[in-house]
Amino acid sequence: MASTQVNAPGTLGDGRAARARRIGRRRETRAALLFISPWIIGFLIFTAWPIIYSAYLSLTDYDVINDPNYVGLENYEELFRDPDVALALWNTFFFTVIQVPVYVIVSLALALLLDKAGRASGFFRTAFFLPKMTPPVAVGILLLLLFNGQSGLINEALSWFGIDGPAWTTDPDWVKPGLILMSLWSVGSSVIILLAALRNVPQELYDSARVDGANWWQQTRKITVPMISGALFFIFIVNTIAGFQTFTEAYTAFFGSGNTTYSNDAALFYVIYLFRQAFEFLNMGYASAMAWLLFVIIMIFTAIQIKVSRRFVYYEGEQR
Amino acid sequence: MTTQTRLDSEAAAPEPQAPRTPARRRRRITPAKVLIWAGLILSTLIFIYPFIWLISASFKPRGEVFDNKIIPETFTFDNYLNVWQEAPMALWLWNTVLVTVLAAVTVTVSSAMVAWGFAYFRFRGRNLLFGVVLATMMLPGAVTMIPQFLIWNSLGMVDTLTPLWAQNLFGSAFYIFLLRQFFLGLPRELFDAAKIDGANNWTIFTRIAMPLCKPALIITLLFEFQAIWTDLMRPLIYLRDSDNFTVPRGLKALLDQYGFGGEWHWEIVVTASVITTVPMIILFFLGQRHFVQGIATTGSKG
Repeated sequence: MASTQVNAPGTLGDGRAARARRIGRRRETRAALLFISPWIIGFLIFTAWPIIYSAYLSLTDYDVINDPNYVGLENYEELFRDPDVALALWNTFFFTVIQVPVYVIVSLALALLLDKAGRASGFFRTAFFLPKMTPPVAVGILLLLLFNGQSGLINEALSWFGIDGPAWTTDPDWVKPGLILMSLWSVGSSVIILLAALRNVPQELYDSARVDGANWWQQTRKITVPMISGALFFIFIVNTIAGFQTFTEAYTAFFGSGNTTYSNDAALFYVIYLFRQAFEFLNMGYASAMAWLLFVIIMIFTAIQIKVSRRFVYYEGEQR
Repeated sequence: MTTQTRLDSEAAAPEPQAPRTPARRRRRITPAKVLIWAGLILSTLIFIYPFIWLISASFKPRGEVFDNKIIPETFTFDNYLNVWQEAPMALWLWNTVLVTVLAAVTVTVSSAMVAWGFAYFRFRGRNLLFGVVLATMMLPGAVTMIPQFLIWNSLGMVDTLTPLWAQNLFGSAFYIFLLRQFFLGLPRELFDAAKIDGANNWTIFTRIAMPLCKPALIITLLFEFQAIWTDLMRPLIYLRDSDNFTVPRGLKALLDQYGFGGEWHWEIVVTASVITTVPMIILFFLGQRHFVQGIATTGSKG
């Protein structure tokens, strides 16, 4: 309110009012910059400069010990020749393209169940969320143990139904499916987001649909899903971006100094390969070029998803 | 005040579900209900069973770790005694607590300051600058990862715990965004009244705005606590000497050594996994309401 008083015209002589306003504004700007300064400093040192330096490094050969050696676009050309980049991209696309839709569908199914749990929903919500609290390293270890081909719990459970489970952790064809299944264990936070969205759907919509004789499936398809499409899209996009950068679980389970037993080509995801190039082989220039390729890929995918979502996503009280 | 009560009631809302009860009172058992409860119980089993498996395996002797029995055939506490000798677990836990507390506290204070700067003051270029904050969230970590390492390397800080938390002194885009949303929900009259009473900008921020945003500050603390505690990539990049490891980094080292490293002592790996995970489970039960509310709001506002 104070600022509107100062801004009110005619109360003071015009020149004095303008001066007071200018001083007030300058003071406010100075105060604001003081509050924002931590972020500005951090942004300049840890984001802006790294972006510029990373772009420069991507044009060099750099092993930390010797000075960067300018090589032009050679790293980028190498990206297209390197069979491991192609492999890592294939693994990452395969993982993301399958994992994300499955993940969204499973979260939706669980949220719908949870919505019907009534008074017990708090209990089930906790049960669904706890895995999300587990450190990803421990999830990677659990993957090795539970999905073990000979003695793992998963294959034992499958054998009850007469199914001879595959060697999830050693058979290259089954490594990614195993990782995808394991990742479903951590759907908890998506379930909570979707549950919150479900609770915001007006009850009247279901009431009138029921009067019109719509069954559960019709209600879900025609009311629930469209009404929570905003939250669904949010989960979809966040998980796609995370999927492209998947690292910890797969790295824990299939890479590292101790791993001599597995051929781990099937788990070589893009960020794992990038990490190894940078910090194990010390090819900082090449790894920087890899990072920029990843950036471009993520941008393209996000742009496509946003564009497609315009046609499907409904936002309540949408202004555009 | 209004926002705080609104938030609290929101967080409590999922349990009571008042308006829908009349129909439910009759408690007729329908096939649909049976299906729903079967689904709920089955999925709960799937989600909880790995924990039970892990805990029970940690009480089994070496030879029985993989027998998939819920109740250990031979119950032993030895793993929990041995793990401290096999690895500097206590030191790792201490390192992790140190880094996690420093990271969570600094990021909460700095992000709150910046968020307040964007929420309260009006100045030219504010929206542009805030747009930059949001844009940095889109940047994949891989792009800045290498130059950031080179910065810490040139400062001689590699193989210290500093790089794991010190960047939090400068705020973090996600929390700035989150806290700004909360600050914007506070009634402006409150601050103008304080200003007329002679409060300066800093007092308004620390005495009025911060206390009113306590739920959001707790959410930030909890989220960051979890993120830092569970992180593996930064410790992998920055830590070399095993005395400096955090628990996840140490757990990875244990896996490499005792897991498929040839020694095949999975009972140690399993026990260390339990020790790494339990603090997070406790954290969740301490702050359950805030976790749930924090996730729900970021999901609906992002």
